[in-house]
Amino acid sequence: MERNLSHIALFAALVAVLGLVPAVTLPFGVPISAQSLGIMLSGTVLGAKRGALAVILFLVLVAIGLPLLSGGRGGLGVFVGPSAGFLIGFVAAAFVAGLVVERWSAPLPVAAFAGSVIGGIIVLYAFGIPGMALSLGKTLPEATLLAAPFLPGDLIKCVLAALVTRGIAQMRPGALLSRG
Amino acid sequence: MLTLTSPVETPLHRLRAPAKLAALCLFTVALFALDRPAALGLALALVVALHLAQGTAFTRHALALLVPLWPFLMVVALWHLWLGDPLTGGSILLRLVTAVAAANLVTMTTRLSDMIATVERLASLLRHIGLEPRTLALAIALVIRFVPVMTTRTAQIAEAFRARSARRPGHRILIPATLAALDDADHVAEALRARGGAG
Repeated sequence: MERNLSHIALFAALVAVLGLVPAVTLPFGVPISAQSLGIMLSGTVLGAKRGALAVILFLVLVAIGLPLLSGGRGGLGVFVGPSAGFLIGFVAAAFVAGLVVERWSAPLPVAAFAGSVIGGIIVLYAFGIPGMALSLGKTLPEATLLAAPFLPGDLIKCVLAALVTRGIAQMRPGALLSRG
Repeated sequence: MLTLTSPVETPLHRLRAPAKLAALCLFTVALFALDRPAALGLALALVVALHLAQGTAFTRHALALLVPLWPFLMVVALWHLWLGDPLTGGSILLRLVTAVAAANLVTMTTRLSDMIATVERLASLLRHIGLEPRTLALAIALVIRFVPVMTTRTAQIAEAFRARSARRPGHRILIPATLAALDDADHVAEALRARGGAG
């Protein structure tokens, strides 16, 4: 119980700390923040249920006014802005990433990479793009066009998520709750 | 850790947090039901007036919070100018800015302690599905404490890396920083258990 609680709080904090890391700008000018890497890791390391709880906890802290989203954003405003769909999608993304690692018995780095792609990209965009379309009054294809430049950065993050998950499994096997 | 609550004391700080949140919900729902630019302009004027009534320092702070919206506003504005449909574009922009500014206004005028108290009260409604308000409050406190601890630890690891190598630390310290954080979390779990547990 205590260990679950402290690990859920830890990953909520990890998502926040990764948001503080200055965004890296890709060669064609798109900033990528490390925040969604934290979302992927919450799922692949903690598993579906605890991963989603960690992300919900993170979002509660953002909602009550802590500037923990990348770029120092936070407060209630971000939940009615153009990225609101992505924030809701964070929860589903961590859950699905965790589910893939829990259920698919492939070698861990493969399962973690697949989980990150399915959860952290496909599911996340499935929430984020309609949210952006709604907020900016655009059609779904138009909103997809706006989100597309972030895809290469997200793929890099999936590779990093797989590497970190493998690192944790090798060096702190007890902490890998998703395959516990 | 810094919060987004405004350090400028305003009369709005004294209103009860649940009342402000309920008003914000109603306002936002109404905003998304409005279509006519004139009505949306009126809503924006209302929000701007509420800001200005709290003084210029407060308003300047509120404007700074809207800065991250600029890229989105530019895209929508250029898009609709290019389509030759500035009226629809204007409505979208008005609604977006008004909704975000109104929500930021509630965030800026509500203290973190009041927000946490409200979250705890909401959580007590969820008690029957197994969420203890006390556990949630403890989790919130843990995250608020973990963030600066992890930032410091990561900075130490980055410094140690720079002492050994001419390369930039970057993603190479990601795994050691995560492992250090996991160890800290284990220590916290032990400490909690030693003090009678989290349940």
